[in-house]
Amino acid sequence: MSTPLEHDYIGLTETSPMERSSEKISSSSSSSSTHSIEDKANKTTNNTTLNLKETELRLGLPGSQSPERKVSLFGKDLESNDKNSGFSVSPLKNLVSGAKRGFSDAIDASNGKWVFPMNGKSDVELAKGAGLASSRGCLESKNNSQQAKVSIPAMKEVGGLPQSPKPVQDKKNLVSPPNEHASAPAAKAQVVGWPPIRSFRKNTMASNLAKNSDDAAGCLYVKVSMDGAPYLRKVDLKTYKNYTELSSALEKMFSCFTIGQCSSHGLPVRDGLTESRLMDLLHGSEYVLTYEDKDGDWMLVGDVPWEMFTDSCRRLRIMKGSEAIGLAPRAMEKCKNQT
Amino acid sequence: MESSEVNMSRDSSELDESARGSSSPDLALERVLSLLKSHRDRSSVSLVCKDWYNAERWSRTHVFIGNCYSVSPEIVARRFPKIRSVTLKGKPRFSDFNLVPQNWGADIHPWLVVFAAKYPFLEELRLKRMTISDESLEFLAVSFPNFKALSLLSCDGFSTDGLAIIATHCKNLTELDIQENGIDDKGGSWLSCFPESFTSLEALNFANLTSDINFDALERLVGRCKSMRVLKVNRSISLEQLQRLLVNALQLAELGTGSFSQELTFRQYEELESTLSSSKNIHTLSGLWEAKGLHLPALYPVCTHLTFLSLSYAPLQSGELAKLLAHCPQLRRLWVLDTVEDEGLEAVGSSCPLLEELRVFPADPFDEDIIHGVTEAGFVAVSYGCPRLHYVLYFCRQMTNAAVATIVQNCPDFTHFRLCIMDPGQPDYLTNEPMDEAFGAVVKTCTKLQRLSVSGLLTDLTFEYIGRYAKNLETLSVAFAGSSDWGMQCVLTGCPKLRKLEIRDCPFGNAALLSGLDKYESMRSLWMSACHVTMDGCRQLAREMPRLNVEVMKEDGSDDSEADKVYVYRSIAGPRRDAPPFVLTL
Repeated sequence: MSTPLEHDYIGLTETSPMERSSEKISSSSSSSSTHSIEDKANKTTNNTTLNLKETELRLGLPGSQSPERKVSLFGKDLESNDKNSGFSVSPLKNLVSGAKRGFSDAIDASNGKWVFPMNGKSDVELAKGAGLASSRGCLESKNNSQQAKVSIPAMKEVGGLPQSPKPVQDKKNLVSPPNEHASAPAAKAQVVGWPPIRSFRKNTMASNLAKNSDDAAGCLYVKVSMDGAPYLRKVDLKTYKNYTELSSALEKMFSCFTIGQCSSHGLPVRDGLTESRLMDLLHGSEYVLTYEDKDGDWMLVGDVPWEMFTDSCRRLRIMKGSEAIGLAPRAMEKCKNQT
Repeated sequence: MESSEVNMSRDSSELDESARGSSSPDLALERVLSLLKSHRDRSSVSLVCKDWYNAERWSRTHVFIGNCYSVSPEIVARRFPKIRSVTLKGKPRFSDFNLVPQNWGADIHPWLVVFAAKYPFLEELRLKRMTISDESLEFLAVSFPNFKALSLLSCDGFSTDGLAIIATHCKNLTELDIQENGIDDKGGSWLSCFPESFTSLEALNFANLTSDINFDALERLVGRCKSMRVLKVNRSISLEQLQRLLVNALQLAELGTGSFSQELTFRQYEELESTLSSSKNIHTLSGLWEAKGLHLPALYPVCTHLTFLSLSYAPLQSGELAKLLAHCPQLRRLWVLDTVEDEGLEAVGSSCPLLEELRVFPADPFDEDIIHGVTEAGFVAVSYGCPRLHYVLYFCRQMTNAAVATIVQNCPDFTHFRLCIMDPGQPDYLTNEPMDEAFGAVVKTCTKLQRLSVSGLLTDLTFEYIGRYAKNLETLSVAFAGSSDWGMQCVLTGCPKLRKLEIRDCPFGNAALLSGLDKYESMRSLWMSACHVTMDGCRQLAREMPRLNVEVMKEDGSDDSEADKVYVYRSIAGPRRDAPPFVLTL
């Protein structure tokens, strides 16, 4: 391990006693804005712990990142209860993933899982630092990410602070390029030798996974996220024959979820999305089912024939109805192009 | 075991074969002592007096060396003239997790050279985390005409060519056990090298090799080795082939199946089931690669007398496991993947009241998208149903202090408690507190605890508890834990029986390292990596304790003053003479 890593670790662990004192100092300020979020889950979040850990961690080269920026990322989030408000689609993606990251309690983020590209200004500086750090070798960046990751488990519910894992996620994005399929665990592993599993077992299980994911005819797993839900699910699109089946399956998974029009109709094949139907959708239900297609665009589910949908769908998102308003024009445009 | 190594230092100068008297009491004593198998007993015996020391060394046939660098082959050969069986362990355990660079050492060859001269009648060699080349395997095969048993676990440096040589030349081979090694698998032709006249094999384990082997050769081999009691095949063997093997080996006691997912015709299935019903001696079952629920019922007849079931490569779901376990009332040891989830573990609790050992491995340790696996609930469920549980290895993604307290209350007899919360530094997920109280409960309640692996967010309090209560603790593994030097100091000053301490990524520095000055000679080894120890601290340790080997492994690009990886162990062989450039002996 290199010096920066050890310094990082020193920083990280020495926050433990510091955390406690800082808790007392800043708990009053953070508690108000995070209270509602904390109330959601029965798990308490120690935001100040994260704050300090974030500032101690060096995700890029030592000294390349100012704590202020991180705090402001935090600050941004602390201000808003609803993490989704006021964001455009692409940071939204990051938030969605960040949200997922926040909940995830497995340590190793796979860059292969992050399918969307890096964009957004705030990423750039992090990227710079991260990129420089990563040039020193995988191990370090892994450990940096790992240390960054250590702060995350304290934050269990997603509604709260997706931004804190965001730097981690972004950095990890930079460390290795996103790819669609699960590659060998070596690519996913962020900390050498952790969890403590013998190489033989790791490799065996990896080849099992690779076998399963290469079995293209067999299954087509896509992630399903739902705004406000603490974790994602994965569904195998091949197990459904039409939108109705998908909808009811998702409904079961996320029990307070409805996709309004789609579930009741099983949308006809070539019809574009009419304005009236869209309004029905938006007014008729609290949530809307959207998906990200191969082009990286977020689309309303139900527009295209089922086969085309399963071919182009990369991930699903159950979006709050209020968010879907931005999608409709684009969706309609695409439909227009198709008809 | 350990004290025998220390004994060698005291008496190495007194080793004189002519000192062995011809007086009958010595011979009688030797005869009596030859019945002693336990190493610790033998060590105790050797300390009584010089006569007993000599009698012990002349009557000993098996030597266990827990750290190959703690002693030299010459010293061993000088003290024990009549060894027929050797067990050697080499690299530090963390080498299993890629924390030790390649070519670190632990080469068996120098040992084989001495053994060839001093123990020409050597019969057994069991190696763990050693490096063994094909040349060494060849040397072994030709140097020891009476060679019987070779067991390689977590070793590296060899290929299937070496196995071919063993198969060809070892006419008296009874055991070939190749497990979880870094082996270069070039193909399965090695198995065909056993001559047609060869019939002595009793134990054959090649489950972890991947290449296809010649099934006909295997079938013939199994057919003619009538004393075979252990057969663990690899994935290339299908269910149908398994049945054909079993039909000629109904005396088998331990079976490792191959792939368990072949499509069988109804008749084939019936045949398999019938053959398994006739295999009344099987008490250990493993393999079951890609086992599908469909074929598991064929195993039911075997399950009734099963005491050890390893499903650690079979990703079963909870329902499949439950159905299977319902037929395994005698189970003592169970290894599963966390695909069985908490529900599966509930079935363990309800079906296996005699369970003593449980290991739950993660099927997908690096995937964070699919949230599954086991939680504290599964562990608790097992503890309610299996009061005799004393060995657990548990990989999970969440745990609570309260759950662990309940678990040890239900199962106070833990001797091995290895809990791995896979996210480093993760607190109790319900209270967000450190997991200190969990491990506190373990050490307070489980007075027989010998081995402990801790994880999760831990402060020095955990180590205070360990030092204060874990009086029988011999092995402690720590990662991403602790707050200060004080933690490690508590352990070093508090645990009288501590033998192995391995630490990674903890904030323990020189003060902690040096607080164990008086301790390390009574321990086998200490490993510290990614901690705060510096080169100066290590040098000081080396200066003050000349009978310890203090080795530092430096990494590229690290600061000169940092001691990245430190490995400290007692030795009567002096510093290593075969250390690679990246290992600095201070």
